[in-house]
Amino acid sequence: MSGKIATLSDASFDEHVKASDVPVLVDFWAEWCGPCKMIAPVLEEIASEQEGKLGIAKLNIDDNLDVTRRFDVMSIPTLILFKDGEPAARIVGAKGKAQLLQELAAYL
Amino acid sequence: MTESRQTIIVGSGPAGLTAGIYAARAQLSPLVIEGEPSSTSDQPGGQLMLTTEVENFPGFVQGIMGPELMSAFREQAARFGADYVTAKVSRVDLSSRPFGLWVGDPDTHEPSYEARSLIVATGAQSLMLNLPNEERLLGYGVSTCATCDGFFFRERKIAVVGGGDSAIEEALFLTRFADLVTVIHRRGELRASKVMQQRAFAHSKINFLWNTSVVDVLGETTVSGIRVRDNLSEEESELELAGLFVAIGHQPNTALFKGQLEMEDTGYLRTFDGTRTNVDGVFACGDVQDHRYRQAITAAGSGCMAAIDAERWLEDQQAETR
Repeated sequence: MSGKIATLSDASFDEHVKASDVPVLVDFWAEWCGPCKMIAPVLEEIASEQEGKLGIAKLNIDDNLDVTRRFDVMSIPTLILFKDGEPAARIVGAKGKAQLLQELAAYL
Repeated sequence: MTESRQTIIVGSGPAGLTAGIYAARAQLSPLVIEGEPSSTSDQPGGQLMLTTEVENFPGFVQGIMGPELMSAFREQAARFGADYVTAKVSRVDLSSRPFGLWVGDPDTHEPSYEARSLIVATGAQSLMLNLPNEERLLGYGVSTCATCDGFFFRERKIAVVGGGDSAIEEALFLTRFADLVTVIHRRGELRASKVMQQRAFAHSKINFLWNTSVVDVLGETTVSGIRVRDNLSEEESELELAGLFVAIGHQPNTALFKGQLEMEDTGYLRTFDGTRTNVDGVFACGDVQDHRYRQAITAAGSGCMAAIDAERWLEDQQAETR
């Protein structure tokens, strides 16, 4: 299941979100963040259930400060949904699966 | 279809998971309804999921990371047969036995789960200041989780509101990143333990604003400052800073049980004779019934007590019906 979640970096970020045919939800996370660990399994479930409709990618903020700063991420986990390469929605803080899907519904 | 269990545990912090270990070993095949991910300490794993190093949990000489400790608790209970469901309880019916518990839609006729005995371990969560612009800027400079967000305030000026142990712990942690951490406290002295106070007073990056309340958070898209009031002179002034960390205390997660379980005026559950509540067969443990100690180890201890109380209570019930 985890194979469906892409791992992004400062170098690969732009190309990945622009080249995608479907919206991409990027998870800004870090190893030391408890709530980030909590939502990891939720994102894996969503990735496999929404395959073909939504792409999910992770960006480690410790290693990728450029992209993190560019989108003014100041709290993790932050999830940003990119549509046609542009940020369309932003979810700050850990949320349950039902709530995440509800907030994303308008874009899927 | 309603699923029936001997014991259901609501909550999955140190109290709930210790109850899970004991109940599982007592062959009660407990179900732990562990909550849903959240950043406000009402979540799977409980408040320790928002901390870093836990230095005072016995057995860990060098300390252990909070999330790591909780994942070990969880695995240990699973090893003895505890089951988990990652959901939030939306309604309970304690008026008759077996007790009914709903997850998801609270308006369905049949409950999602039925429990012969219930262990309440829903814990507590951070209080907010309820300032006009606090919620709008939450995640944009306002934070209730220093360990999650401290990283983003490297070489910035920030403030921590509060005067208890958690406020001082956060302030000390934040000195790893920030240039200056101002502790803002509405009184003239701290409530925090002596050892934490000493560390904070000795720290070159921490200063204090006494007898001061925060009136509002300022900033268009991210926090640029705060407005504070001196509680003695009643004068207001503005303070330029990039982040505001709120650590003013906790409230118990008991809204679910209003009108069904006896509570203190502050919302904490009342327990009698160990971990019993006013409803026969319902037990409470951890921070949801403890505003006094609020430690991982005391929560774990009371979780163990609740599982033993539930096990004995179930045995007595069986003996009576025989």
